[in-house]
Amino acid sequence: MYRYDEFDHAFVAERVTQFRDQVARRISGELSEDEFKPLRLMNGLYLQLHAYMLRVAIPYGTLSALQMRKLAHIARTYDRGYGHFTTRQNIQYNWPKLGEVPDILAELAAVEMHAIQTSGNCIRNTTADPLAGVAADEIEDPRAYAEIIRQWSTLHPEFSFLPRKFKIAVTGAPNDRAVTRGHDIGLRMHLDNAGAAGFEVMVGGGQGRTPIMAKTIRAFLPVDQLLSYLEAILRVYNQLGRRDNIYKARIKILVQNVGVEAFADLVEAEWRHIRDGALDLPTEERDRIAAYFSPPPYDDLSEDCPALDNAIDAHPHFAAWMESNVQAHKQPGYAIATISLKPHGGIPGDASAAQMDAVADLSEQYGFGEIRVSYKQNLILPDIPKADLYALWLVLDRWDLATANAGRISDIIACPGLDYCNLANARSIPIAQRISERFSDLARERAIGDLSLNISGCINACAHHHVANIGILGVDKKGTEFYQITLGGVANENATIGSIIGPAFDEWQIADAVETIVDVYLQQREKDEPFIDTYQRIGPDPFKEKLYATDQAR
Amino acid sequence: MPLIKHGKRVEDTWHDTDDFADVQALAALGPVLVSVEVWQQHRDAILALGSPIGLRLAPGQTPDLVAADLHYFAMIALEFAKFTDGRAYSQARLLRQRHGFKGELRAVGEVLRDQLTFMLRCGFDSFSVNTERQAQTILDTVAEFALWYQPALDGAATIPALRQRTVAAHRNTEPGTAGCAANWAY
Amino acid sequence: MSTNLTQAITANRLSDGFVVYLTAQDQWSERIEDCQSADDPRSAETLFARAQHHADSGQIVGPYLFKIVRDGGHPVPLSRREIIRTTGPSVGTDLNLK
Repeated sequence: MYRYDEFDHAFVAERVTQFRDQVARRISGELSEDEFKPLRLMNGLYLQLHAYMLRVAIPYGTLSALQMRKLAHIARTYDRGYGHFTTRQNIQYNWPKLGEVPDILAELAAVEMHAIQTSGNCIRNTTADPLAGVAADEIEDPRAYAEIIRQWSTLHPEFSFLPRKFKIAVTGAPNDRAVTRGHDIGLRMHLDNAGAAGFEVMVGGGQGRTPIMAKTIRAFLPVDQLLSYLEAILRVYNQLGRRDNIYKARIKILVQNVGVEAFADLVEAEWRHIRDGALDLPTEERDRIAAYFSPPPYDDLSEDCPALDNAIDAHPHFAAWMESNVQAHKQPGYAIATISLKPHGGIPGDASAAQMDAVADLSEQYGFGEIRVSYKQNLILPDIPKADLYALWLVLDRWDLATANAGRISDIIACPGLDYCNLANARSIPIAQRISERFSDLARERAIGDLSLNISGCINACAHHHVANIGILGVDKKGTEFYQITLGGVANENATIGSIIGPAFDEWQIADAVETIVDVYLQQREKDEPFIDTYQRIGPDPFKEKLYATDQAR
Repeated sequence: MPLIKHGKRVEDTWHDTDDFADVQALAALGPVLVSVEVWQQHRDAILALGSPIGLRLAPGQTPDLVAADLHYFAMIALEFAKFTDGRAYSQARLLRQRHGFKGELRAVGEVLRDQLTFMLRCGFDSFSVNTERQAQTILDTVAEFALWYQPALDGAATIPALRQRTVAAHRNTEPGTAGCAANWAY
Repeated sequence: MSTNLTQAITANRLSDGFVVYLTAQDQWSERIEDCQSADDPRSAETLFARAQHHADSGQIVGPYLFKIVRDGGHPVPLSRREIIRTTGPSVGTDLNLK
């Protein structure tokens, strides 16, 4: 994985010193809250309902064991013993004290981490396929490019006060596990006829109150021209994006208003001025960064593993975990293991300091000391020898980290909601807990199969409910929480926005409503058809009929 | 308004006006600062003043509007109506890099210490602030970063460029050891 | 029940962001029981002006008025948001209870 050199170290250290000074000036009264707020946000520090919240970047979702232990240490020392992993490869601490945040940032800098641009109207932490480097379908590891974007976007002099936040996601594989079309810029790698790698550039995706999937403005961009093209897009946006209304300030609205083709023309016109210049990526620099992501020293293992087969036969719970949480690895004899942070009835994405330490230990014991953080708010151990999976599972189970539900209905993405968030209108976590408890029977969950269910506590859609098979949006109606259901969303390479199924349900009806939807699916599905295929085949009407047949909804 | 130029406190000699009713009176005032609209409307009268001319480019006005006229201007003022409105950063870079503007590039409006580095890196070289205290704060500001990742207008070598030099130097002295192997012993 | 709208002032403390309430002694307390309430718009305005003064001096951040009812003398917020702010996350485990 990427290692800081002297320049990166110096830069992050300077950033810590700068923020320490800014915090001191805030505490002394030299800076007003209005002046301080954009500064603290650019270091990931929010003021939430009950306390400050610090969002730390996990660039492209890759962590070393040492970094994970540091995250645990911070949770224990400066917070309340836990952290919350987000959909955008960040971790959030819910209780830091303002005066201690510079110390936390210094701790992070010591392990080559930071909170730079995890909030604010700037280019946010660039996310990538959590299976980068280990997925069999990959063209090239996207993390080198995410790292190059990270460096280019860090305290960019021109693009630090954009009309609104700006999110970029990169994938090197045709199967999109990074929801690239849901981002302000999505980059998807392809090969040209000569076999050279380049990016399809998609612009203007986003969720919130106006969910839009990004449109392709360039089918193929040679990789060495990535930064000049990004700079052209950002320059057009910085000048023309709306600043009079924050709900219309994202680039998706600009693209929509100008039109995709006209927007592409603006970008291309700008790009003609700046391409083939100082931002061109020298091959040596690209190779230098890519070398950090070269494969670990795998052993020469056989793909057949009788010991694993025996364990699967002997332990039904392990077998279920293997089925849902373990994926094929591109290296023979290895597997990719998802660690579910969704125990039934738990808080989605939360991990205690002890759990983080345990995962760090396991990553060293069985893997190469590397951990991934996924869009689904889970952790992933990317390089586990198949023969070690059973031993790994036993330890995970002891830490309540072996729930066999990856990709299943209880693998719920949920935002912090009204329990923590200043913007929320309704609670998300208790709804997630209630639904996941309802589907906690392993056999039943297995029978339902792959199904995504996401819950957002407000229209900002941090839990990406628009692109879930079953999306739930919390709304406030005269002081009471209601939950609106969308069906048919998809978050992969065929990303689709779901449709509202009908009137909202209250907090006591919503789990029943989900169960009704699942029942309709189970009655209507053909063979092994997953939920989304059934929905696309039969449409919303059978679900509507059943949901609103009785006076279940208001 | 207190003015800082090239790191020093200086007198602001510019007369900021869009009132061209009395051209003769204006001629006596010295350097004049006008909006794009007034420039376009009274161009000949303004040139006839014989005074140095400054141009106010409002947020949202592209430098393309005056690209052919830049040689007339000794100064261009870009406005930060709010410090969170970052349009002037792009205007500044376009003026300097695309259109080769060499005159004074002035930041006006909500010009605060914590955005100073960004402004300098985008080509601003003078700063009009609202209070004496702010002026002093800006004068007292020391560079917080030695090096940056992106090429900009401060002329400094970027981190990627310095890396290339390091690699090249390394290659010259120790052939075959260039580049960086993956390090798995984190 | 009184038709008068009773309000109190809350904010977040600058140092740790914790929820605080403005008291009659012009202090900030973490306990809602200590809040000073205002029964008419005019006294609410006065209350808010006092709070804003503390915000300007940097002690607290983002003060605002919120509605309460007096339940047997105890101030109880009307909105769920404010109830959650007084009690902490409703999903508290032993880890994150306030």
